[in-house]
Amino acid sequence: MTTDDRNVITGRDLSAGYGDMMVWGDANFSIRKGEFVGILGPNGAGKTTLFRLLLGLAQPKRGELELFGQKPKRGNPRIGYVPQRHAVDQELAIEALEIVRLGACAGAWGFDLPGETGRERQKALEALKDVGAEDLAHRPLGALSGGELQRVFLAQALSGDPELLLLDEPLANLDIRRESELVQLIQNVVRSRGVTALLIAHNINPLLPVLDRVVYVANGRVATGTPEEVLTSDTLSKLYDTPVEVLRDSRGRIAIVGAEEGHLHHE
Amino acid sequence: MNNLAFSWNILSDLTTMWSYDFMAHAFEAGTVVAVVAGIIGYFVVLRRSSFAAHALSHAGFAGAAGAVLLGINPIFGLFAFTSVGAVLIGILGRKAASRDVQIGVVLAFLLGVGVLFISLYQGYATEAYSLLFGEILGISVGDVWTTLITGTLVLAVFAAMYRPLLFTSLDEDIAEGKGVPVFGIGLAFMLLIAAATSIAVQVVGVLLIFALMVTPAAIAARVARRPFQGMLISAGIALCATWISLFISFYLPYPVSFFITAITFVLYALVRFSTR
Repeated sequence: MTTDDRNVITGRDLSAGYGDMMVWGDANFSIRKGEFVGILGPNGAGKTTLFRLLLGLAQPKRGELELFGQKPKRGNPRIGYVPQRHAVDQELAIEALEIVRLGACAGAWGFDLPGETGRERQKALEALKDVGAEDLAHRPLGALSGGELQRVFLAQALSGDPELLLLDEPLANLDIRRESELVQLIQNVVRSRGVTALLIAHNINPLLPVLDRVVYVANGRVATGTPEEVLTSDTLSKLYDTPVEVLRDSRGRIAIVGAEEGHLHHE
Repeated sequence: MNNLAFSWNILSDLTTMWSYDFMAHAFEAGTVVAVVAGIIGYFVVLRRSSFAAHALSHAGFAGAAGAVLLGINPIFGLFAFTSVGAVLIGILGRKAASRDVQIGVVLAFLLGVGVLFISLYQGYATEAYSLLFGEILGISVGDVWTTLITGTLVLAVFAAMYRPLLFTSLDEDIAEGKGVPVFGIGLAFMLLIAAATSIAVQVVGVLLIFALMVTPAAIAARVARRPFQGMLISAGIALCATWISLFISFYLPYPVSFFITAITFVLYALVRFSTR
């Protein structure tokens, strides 16, 4: 694989794991600036592990991983990160703007000074506007719905003006309408800001119209390419090492049949 | 508490009350403890670490009982055992949100040690009673100074680590992704809880630590839109509850800690049922 200046992320013979356990290995891929990339695969395949490598929270077992031409490091301000969501305390009255602001002041120590707070809150408000959620700015976090929370956390990731967005299962627990709204929103942000976005998802169909590239993690292996290249019976059968059928319906939605139990992509 | 009568002339009543050294000391220590517990407590609630604060106060009980057994000032035993408990909880449970089991294990062990110390102690049961329920009216000048110095140090360290602490308290996963040293901040905050708990035990005792450390903060968490407001409200409620309780208990023969718990509980109930 040749090095390309436009590559934001490059993996060469990359293997990942924890302790003695290998999660996936021998991955070769490159992701270019401005691409919208879906990280797909069954639960437990190691999709989040790739994020942990990029965030500098875990080290590769073997091979090389380059991010912006360097080894990944912890606390990289060029990355905006939205982790897999868990419930927010419903009694929490802190306004949404405050958590968005934290994305803009990550890495700072000491107490908030009034001038800094004002600047950070302004930046946070702009990030909320970018995701069409300025009306949520002063709402208590505990009173927000799942979809509203995802917008707020997306704004948090954007408030540090990142070049790379890592979104871990942002579509989880959203209904079909909210799923496609959020996908559209993320695509708009990716295009308007020119950021590269990696989005982990279990359900591929809402993403199909917008993805530039797919990184498919399954069975300890990784396949990458355009959705048309990766999401085929042939590629996925090789990946899973067992016959797999990729079925398409009249509207272009796909279902993967014969893969690991429970791994059926459908709407 | 004594045989003085309440005159309805508040200024005169306050002057009379403060003319007694033990009341002046109680107000001084109570003020420091309320401010520190209110501020630290707000983050205890944000981090859902109230069980940790509860466990550390019990660790403090064991330490104080050990100090009494050895014939030294209980506050040194409090500091020693709450700090050990804080480090144990911090190391055993790496993430604040999933520490319940580890806290329970440490709590049970240290409480057992406390029971052993009490059984070995041959003195009066009042010592154990004041550890459990607080004895603010018995605070010496030395205790006031220890409380003031500890409280100032706790707030100085708290201010230095404020932003990463706030970040990890609101979302530990994002903070970790942003490179915040989540484990180090968590451990440091446990030690701050330990120090705050140690000085608060003098006022409300081991069993009632929630009254200053958690209830005012829980009220603040329900109403404050910004963290700074939350800290002010929490410290303000803790402070008012402590002052009012000291004042009432000067004229009525009931424990200060009862009034603190009653005031904060009634306030919490009012806020709980008047908000969402």
